[in-house]
Amino acid sequence: MAVDTLEPRGMRPRPFFTPRKIIIYSLLFFISVYYLFPMYVMIVTSLKSLDEARGGNIFALPIKVTFDPWFKAWDTACTGLYCEGLKVGFLNSMKITIPSVIVSVLIASINGYALVNWRFKGSEVFFVILLFGSFIPYQVMLYPLVIILRELHMFSTLQGVILIHTVFGMPILTLLFRNYFASLPPELFKAARVDGAGFWRIFIQIMVPMSLPIFVVAMILQITGIWNDFLFGVIFAGNQNYPMTVQLNNIVNSTQGVKEYNVNMAATILTGLVPLAVYFISGKWFVRGIAAGAVKG
Amino acid sequence: MESSVSIRDLSLDFGSVKVLQSLDLEVAKGEFIVLLGPSGCGKSTLLNCIAGLLDVSEGQIFIGGKNVTWAEPKDRGIGMVFQSYALYPQMTVERNLSFGLRVSGMPKAEIEQRVNRAAEILQIQPLLGRKPANLSGGQRQRVAIGRALVRDVDVFLFDEPLSNLDAKLRSDLRVEIKRLHHRLKNTMIYVTHDQIEALTLADRIAIMKNGTIQQLADPHTIYNRPVNLYVAGFIGSPSMNFLEGTLNPANQTFVADDGTVVPVGTYAFETPVSGSTKAVLGVRPEHILIGEDAKSKPFTQEVEIEIVEPMGSDTLAWTKIAGKAVTFRCDSDVVITSGQKILIGFDPARGSIFNAETTNRI
Repeated sequence: MAVDTLEPRGMRPRPFFTPRKIIIYSLLFFISVYYLFPMYVMIVTSLKSLDEARGGNIFALPIKVTFDPWFKAWDTACTGLYCEGLKVGFLNSMKITIPSVIVSVLIASINGYALVNWRFKGSEVFFVILLFGSFIPYQVMLYPLVIILRELHMFSTLQGVILIHTVFGMPILTLLFRNYFASLPPELFKAARVDGAGFWRIFIQIMVPMSLPIFVVAMILQITGIWNDFLFGVIFAGNQNYPMTVQLNNIVNSTQGVKEYNVNMAATILTGLVPLAVYFISGKWFVRGIAAGAVKG
Repeated sequence: MESSVSIRDLSLDFGSVKVLQSLDLEVAKGEFIVLLGPSGCGKSTLLNCIAGLLDVSEGQIFIGGKNVTWAEPKDRGIGMVFQSYALYPQMTVERNLSFGLRVSGMPKAEIEQRVNRAAEILQIQPLLGRKPANLSGGQRQRVAIGRALVRDVDVFLFDEPLSNLDAKLRSDLRVEIKRLHHRLKNTMIYVTHDQIEALTLADRIAIMKNGTIQQLADPHTIYNRPVNLYVAGFIGSPSMNFLEGTLNPANQTFVADDGTVVPVGTYAFETPVSGSTKAVLGVRPEHILIGEDAKSKPFTQEVEIEIVEPMGSDTLAWTKIAGKAVTFRCDSDVVITSGQKILIGFDPARGSIFNAETTNRI
């Protein structure tokens, strides 16, 4: 038994197959299978011809791969009266999401900065009211909001739905930014004031460059939230501005003709592609932002 | 002496909490003032008020003869150095130093000249191109001092600048700050809780407690003639030994609670005392002598040594006088062991006597 009598020295040997590791990896494996399986079904179905999709086993791989459903979903699928596919919705979603994200992140970051560093009389009360807003289910506010937008002559317009998204993003984003800025050393702010910098200069030259991770987190939250939104889009955007989610619903839930499962699957994947891409590209930043203390306190 | 910073009747409260209470302070031009006290005594708050980073509730602040009570920090003619350095992490050292000057729209050539001068004084020229993350603690604090330096101001404010550094660096940088003061002759106001920093750097020390200044005097006076029990106990390490008892002016004795009699004929009283008074007698550890030196002192006693702490430069011994634990300091060459009986003595003239009720020096 030479090994047993070996005197421990240097790095401790770590066996690869420990019970702990086996449990962790098998658990991770099953969880990923559980979540990836629907995705798998969607992808294989979208690559089948309609006959094959209706006739065959949904788990089976396509016998003959075809991209026609994808082209149809994008270009010619019927959403209600028009048969121009999802591309119109994609464009609308872009037109809604990009301004909404930029405006809401911009305002919320200034809000958070002001709440932490430029306390004014009643700033705490203001913050509490803002937070309170995030606990009210927004279905409650739909009707009053419709009236307000009507009075502002913004109902059924792009600006209207952008305004709604900006307002509803405010509580959580402000909280996010406030907590992040509160975690930065207050001396930095003081030093900048002694150096003579004012409200905007401190924000733009000192605070923003230090806050890249939290800006990324906020953008991801907003992009996915606004892109995936259905309710505000269907109510406030108006027919000509329906976002992709609404058009997807119109394709999938159309009641005439045959159900084109392959086209529906392709359309669904297309709609989900943007948030998915955002997560893949900026996942590292997202984790870093969360780890930077953005969500604690 | 021309006054550089003058604080008149300054008060600050946060709601019902009084952080500073009608405080007065006159700082002469070129003077090095240290605000010393435990955490929560209001010393940093006072500094922030002088800097203009906190609004005061009551009173006035004058800097260079100008009333700056409502002025913005940048308009007060101050530079400030923070404990956490507070360097802008995304800027290079050079950009850090020049930030304030760029904000004020100074011509490029002059900015460069000032940055180079500050970098030369602080010997940080090789670091100008680096980011703060790539600097050591000592280098960062030099840059922070440099940021105050380039502003070419009359008053420097230091908020515990050395507290984040290790012991060796702290004593190095301490000397450097003193050297800087000799060279620049600016007014400096320095906040610390470290009494060694206070005693070594200050022209005058202001000892603070609960938002008030307890004593404002030069280090020698603070150390040897503390105005009250609080100051006496706060300054000095190991701290002053205290004996409680009664002062009898009639026969010039102090009688400790257990009956030990200490003749106080040599003590210089601040105020004449009439009638016997409850009092506290304080003696610093280094003023208690042993052996031959002790014999000639007004008070002598044979005591048993309890614990001996060799400190390298000297030796600290613990014993009891009048039932109270007492420490005294002796030369490190003297051989003493615990359990040993030894003659100790002191002269009350070098000690302090406080009224037990008012805690003020008598």
